[in-house]
Amino acid sequence: MTVEAENAVLPIAIRPSPFRPFLEWTARRAEPVVISLGAVLVGLALFSLFILAIGKSPVQLFQVMYTGAFGSWFSIQNSLSRAAPLLLTALCVALPARLGLIVIGGEGAVVLGGVAAAATALPLVGTVSPMLALLAMAIAGMLVGGLWVGLAGFLRHYRGVNETISSLLLAYLAIALMNQLVEGPLRDPASLNKPSTSPLPAEYMMGDIPGMTLHWGLLIGIGACILSWVLIELTSFGFAARIAGGNVRAAQIQGLPVGRLIVGFTAIAGSFAGLAGMIEVAAVQGSANASIVTGYGYTGILVAFLARHNPLAIIPVAVLLGGLEASGGLIQRRLGLPDATVMVLQGTLFVVILLCETFYDRFKVFNPDLWKRS
Amino acid sequence: MEDTGLGLWGVPLAIIGGAIRVSTPFIFVSLGETITERSGRINLGLEGTLVLGAMTAYAVAATTGSTWLGVLAAMFVGSIFGIVHGWICKFPKVNDIAIGIAMMQFGLGLAFFLGKPFIQPIAPKLPSIPLGAWSDTPQVEAALNINVLFFIGAALALVLFWAFRHTRIGLILRVVGDSTDAARAMGIQPDFVRLVATAIGGSLAAIGGAYLSLYYPGSWNEGISSGQGLMAIALVIFARWNPVGCFLAALLFGGAGALGPALQSVGVTQGYYLFYAAPYVLTLIILIMTSSPNRPLIGAPGALSLTKL
Repeated sequence: MTVEAENAVLPIAIRPSPFRPFLEWTARRAEPVVISLGAVLVGLALFSLFILAIGKSPVQLFQVMYTGAFGSWFSIQNSLSRAAPLLLTALCVALPARLGLIVIGGEGAVVLGGVAAAATALPLVGTVSPMLALLAMAIAGMLVGGLWVGLAGFLRHYRGVNETISSLLLAYLAIALMNQLVEGPLRDPASLNKPSTSPLPAEYMMGDIPGMTLHWGLLIGIGACILSWVLIELTSFGFAARIAGGNVRAAQIQGLPVGRLIVGFTAIAGSFAGLAGMIEVAAVQGSANASIVTGYGYTGILVAFLARHNPLAIIPVAVLLGGLEASGGLIQRRLGLPDATVMVLQGTLFVVILLCETFYDRFKVFNPDLWKRS
Repeated sequence: MEDTGLGLWGVPLAIIGGAIRVSTPFIFVSLGETITERSGRINLGLEGTLVLGAMTAYAVAATTGSTWLGVLAAMFVGSIFGIVHGWICKFPKVNDIAIGIAMMQFGLGLAFFLGKPFIQPIAPKLPSIPLGAWSDTPQVEAALNINVLFFIGAALALVLFWAFRHTRIGLILRVVGDSTDAARAMGIQPDFVRLVATAIGGSLAAIGGAYLSLYYPGSWNEGISSGQGLMAIALVIFARWNPVGCFLAALLFGGAGALGPALQSVGVTQGYYLFYAAPYVLTLIILIMTSSPNRPLIGAPGALSLTKL
């Protein structure tokens, strides 16, 4: 920020103004928005340079991306249905992050949550109503997902094992377990080329929101984000977690149950990812097989970091990245670029966003105290 | 059961041979990470560097016909990635673990993007030394056909072990890793030392990738690495930041990784995926056994964020 720019805004602040409380509030809230948007613009610029370097037009690429993501009602619904699991897997990163933990193994909870849901459905199909079966599947998926990521939290607190590494190892292990279960005890003998569990009958699937080709997962995901925001911002449990995330020693001296907070938050986080796996099985695939290893767990990491671990900010970011993922196919067909183009853009954005963390508290405009002066 | 001529003796033999074959990428990645972590910084992005190195080496080797040129190119690209990581981490408030995750995703994306045209072509393979030529049993011969990079890795482990203790550079590295303030007081620039250490770490990890694509399994595809870059980081913790320990731990991990294929070769197909997961389970168990909630890890560099509680 240049000196001139600061001077340009100063005189307004010095004048006593009825807007001052409002300006203070805006200054505080504007900082993450402005810095994040700036980072995204820089990321897009770098990515454009990369696309120019390989001899394609970035303008055309962005146009195709927009068309593929939000250009028609069909593509909007496609983007939103991809955003649904991202909302949940992003929460799997964001909730532990509020405690200062970096959990990146959400993919494992997604996969095992999906397998647990499919396994739960097997005896229930035909015996109970679809509604009840879906509820049981959701609970099973959340329990298994919660256990899986909660284990990483437990090991972190009670054994001092780094949660980033352990959660990723658990994710690899989960995929191996899924393969073993789907090829072995849970395999539907009718699935020949691609081992799967028995497919869910159509009436036991989750179904679409009336009037759209978009499953209920999106609303479930948004609900989970709102719930998480309430949990973090409005409950004493969340308040304690924020203190522990700021300073573990202080939290311990205050007598806060840091261990229970860590295990509880990672378990809740994992249960959201497990729910994403259940939705993938009950609304998209219809059975558990290798296709539920979707990479949503990894994209969720980026969503959470872009949203700065704020559950409400996750909602728009997940929609944007769902759109980006949805546009991958069109980029491949129209421009002949590999499907990894989306991954390159995501990686670039991720690096730049983290780099821009360094700009927090650097700009005086965003300091609420500046606007208090009279 | 398929008759291998050796019966069940084929299993330990295949595990030993497999341990040597599978361990080489672990050796290079873990040695690279040891250098980086000894300087007080952690680079979790080596998985991405490994895959990018595999792609670069394969692409260059397939284009030029020279495998060693491929290895060199991989080292160059790996060191660039290390420099980017090191440069970004020197800014205040930037989390080196998170940057590692981002660099991993970026590296994977870049490797898949640029490597698309090289999935089909065939690149030459790195040379190996047939130490088993004296034997007329094909299994023994195959198990002892050892790649040159394995020996280079073993030698590098010994050199690093000596260099950390007995050279000026090793001392500087350790000072920076143990206390940023002490290093500054000595007139050393911690950020610069870490930048160089991360760059070297990246280039070594990329050699591990080159081994994957140019020797074993010896082809380039998007599933070439299954978390070796990440397991190698856990392995460094297990080896207590000791290069020779890294070499031995890499052999152990390689053996665990070879368990599944070895059993499959004698006809045991039950639980294939579970044996395949053995290295992950082993890593996790080792991490649990060696970590403690009450004290930092023994032998850990003092400035390392990974081991802070």
